[in-house]
Amino acid sequence: MLKRRNITIPFYMDPWFWVKLMVFVIFALFLVWPFSSIIINAFKSSKVDGFTMANFEKFFRKKYYYGALKNSVGISVVPSLFAIVLGVPMAYLMTRYNVWGKKIWHVLAILSLMSPPFLGAYAWIMLFGRAGSVTTYLKGLGITIPTIYGFGGISTVLTLKLYPYIYMYTSGAMESIDSSLEECAENLGSGKLRRFLTVTMPVVTPSITAGALVVFMSALADFGTPMLLGGQDFRTLPVLIYNEYLSEIGGNGNLASAISIIIVIITLVMLLVQKTYVNRRNYIMSALRPPKEIEVHGFKRFLVTLPVFLISFISFLPQIVVCASSFQHTNYSSFTGGFTFENYQNLGSRLWSSMSNTFTYSLTAMVFIVVIGILMSYVIVRKKGKTGGLLDMLLMAPYVIPGSVLGLCYIVTFNVKPLVLTGTAAIIIISYVIRKLPYTVRSASAFLMQMDPSVEEASINLGVTPMKTFWKVTARLMLPGVFSGAILSWVTCINELSCSIMLSSGKNNTLTIEAYTNIVRNSVGSGAALSAILTVTSALILIICLKISKGKIRV
Amino acid sequence: MEKIKKGVRLEHISKIYQDPKTGKDFYAVRDTSLVIEPGSFVTLLGPSGCGKTTTLRMIAGFESPDEGEIYLGDEPINELTPNKRDTAMVFQSYALLPHYNVFDNVAYGLKLRKVPKEEIRERVMNILDLVELTGMEARMTNQLSGGQQQRVALARALVIEPSVLLFDEPLSNLDAKLRVSMRTEIRRIQQRVGITAIYVTHDQSEAMALSDQIIVMNKGVVAQMGTPQEIYYHPVDEFVADFIGEANFLKGTMVVREGEKVTLSIDGNPLVVDGRPDMQTGSQYTVVLRPEAASLADQGGMPCEVVLSCFMGSYQNYHVKVGDTLVKLEEHNPKNKRIYQVGEFCSLVFDPASVHVL
Repeated sequence: MLKRRNITIPFYMDPWFWVKLMVFVIFALFLVWPFSSIIINAFKSSKVDGFTMANFEKFFRKKYYYGALKNSVGISVVPSLFAIVLGVPMAYLMTRYNVWGKKIWHVLAILSLMSPPFLGAYAWIMLFGRAGSVTTYLKGLGITIPTIYGFGGISTVLTLKLYPYIYMYTSGAMESIDSSLEECAENLGSGKLRRFLTVTMPVVTPSITAGALVVFMSALADFGTPMLLGGQDFRTLPVLIYNEYLSEIGGNGNLASAISIIIVIITLVMLLVQKTYVNRRNYIMSALRPPKEIEVHGFKRFLVTLPVFLISFISFLPQIVVCASSFQHTNYSSFTGGFTFENYQNLGSRLWSSMSNTFTYSLTAMVFIVVIGILMSYVIVRKKGKTGGLLDMLLMAPYVIPGSVLGLCYIVTFNVKPLVLTGTAAIIIISYVIRKLPYTVRSASAFLMQMDPSVEEASINLGVTPMKTFWKVTARLMLPGVFSGAILSWVTCINELSCSIMLSSGKNNTLTIEAYTNIVRNSVGSGAALSAILTVTSALILIICLKISKGKIRV
Repeated sequence: MEKIKKGVRLEHISKIYQDPKTGKDFYAVRDTSLVIEPGSFVTLLGPSGCGKTTTLRMIAGFESPDEGEIYLGDEPINELTPNKRDTAMVFQSYALLPHYNVFDNVAYGLKLRKVPKEEIRERVMNILDLVELTGMEARMTNQLSGGQQQRVALARALVIEPSVLLFDEPLSNLDAKLRVSMRTEIRRIQQRVGITAIYVTHDQSEAMALSDQIIVMNKGVVAQMGTPQEIYYHPVDEFVADFIGEANFLKGTMVVREGEKVTLSIDGNPLVVDGRPDMQTGSQYTVVLRPEAASLADQGGMPCEVVLSCFMGSYQNYHVKVGDTLVKLEEHNPKNKRIYQVGEFCSLVFDPASVHVL
């Protein structure tokens, strides 16, 4: 062993020590502790003292529960597969051909991904539901269409909402294939299709699986869609958690905790499967010569544009349907046509309170997300040390823990002393920060990794203290990366439902919760109006952001 | 710039790194001692991984030595953080602040030293004049060519009037022609200002052109320190001889000593050279022969066979075989000389005074 000189400055003089400590305290307090409490909770029961497997036994004995497990896996696996079927061809066409209106389809894909979680289901109910306009119209012609409630409908809605993940991950990979690789295949006598299957596909497969994993996790965690389209017979795990928690009010949520553990285990298993798969096939590419766009004209150009148009238009359709319906007259629980502003006028004070809640909470969360995000990504990229890896892992946690599970964690933990937070605005804001911070950190770290560290060294070398250098140079240069991540964090905060609905005590309702409650209560007019406001707000923020960042948004 | 010039002294400096693959510790720099005279231009030269950049970064304070002490003038600086050290560095990537224009980049160090505004302006303009960038002060750095960015980086380092100027391969991102003109420029400015400069490079011609002293490093230790002439004509070992310019190594056995002169037998051919007192009859020695010091003739030297003959413009490049040893040589100004073809047998001739015995 070689002997090293001890570091000359004591640890408490290093500001980054305090930053790391702060981040760890935040995560310990609002992630590790709450999650540990529901693990303990899951092995407890009001009927017996000490630890018990009773909750898990109950879960796997009753069809009501284990059926939901099957359903959940089904509506996560099927959309992942169909999203690949939609997303990969779209990525190929968009990166390789001069598709008409390329930018528009790209923006529509992002908008569909960032839309409120229940919007797709709601629009589909309006069109094809029991009293949907298309259903009624076809009934008049004597045609009955298959039901959209249950497995098929949920899978369709989730596929159309989540396919952009596959599209974006795959097109990112396709853009970074060096064109000489494909030229080489062609040069060796390989035809177009064969080249695609033997060269292009294998190289982008790791990215496709990464996208599929995100689709899987998002679908598994989705709460709004199965809640609206599942009805009485088709329940998924997040719905169960919510129902159990509601019926166990005043209780301690033992069974809900057990279900939460099961859902997290499923996500972790999928995460590990994907990681093992990718680890064996890690093709790092840096395109010296990115592939060129193929110019096609006339009918051919129409042919390459059509699939892209259909996919992005159909997935964007719910937003149009909801916005259009919000201007229709209503008769209690159904739309009756015509044009009116009365749905908006009837909202009254509920609109303003939910609107101000939405913006107060999300913007307060943004302040924390931006400050913690800048510091944290710097620590992860530049001051990794022994604890950096742990930080990286903690950052994955919000992807693995669905919103409804985190909601339950908070209720179980912060309902009792020493820290009572339930029913406050603070707990909603905290849940936003913990769940949406990763978007900002990932985006900022990716940006920071591209930055030349000698710029900081130059500043320090010129006599500026490291801390002053950080704020004057590093943080300043990181801003574009932080900005595009923070916008995503912000929009997803605004549209957050699964966690905040469990944490809200009515007076804390945000626009999303308000819209969702109205839809569930069948007051369709207010529901549509609120959803429209939500959709337009998110879309505006995203479009402005895309304009400023010149389309460089990484989801 | 009426500042007392300061030198740099390294005493038994070591730096230990961990190999990321094997997890084993190794010396990046090992027990290195150096004295750099005030006002001199010194180059740290060596292949990649030899410890030259680590040494420079330890002087700047970005790395702290695991053993030994670094002095700036007479002051030990191990405990000083980089921002408190009186050094300024010019980075390989220039490291200009992309959100500032040329003027603000150069003024950056002065502003944070709370120098009065008028003085900043005057000093920045003087320096920009020195590096020949007058009139460019309002440009953003991404509107400048590579050479201009390099000048801004140099100006930014010079303007704070450091005791020592550090260069970390500053020219490696420039194209070949610009590299040559910039190195003349750097040398001119360093001599104008009279500042101590330490320059890291792996390009031996750059080191030759710039330096008062060259320090050749290999595997974390100093192989040789000396003027460019000393290093070129009297390399201490095969590594230095091979790294600086081209070198041929002829192995021979010493047969006899006559005063200062010794006779070596190289492949049976006698060679009389200046010997060292410690040389023993019967021992093997290596002789360094530079390609430009040798030429080919029909007879009169060591018999050899031509294995490569190639016209390079300013010279004819030959590879010849003397026994089993391959010798490379350059026949300069070949226009009116006899050109030997591959396969020809001829004679390798050189002035014995131009070789060096290791």
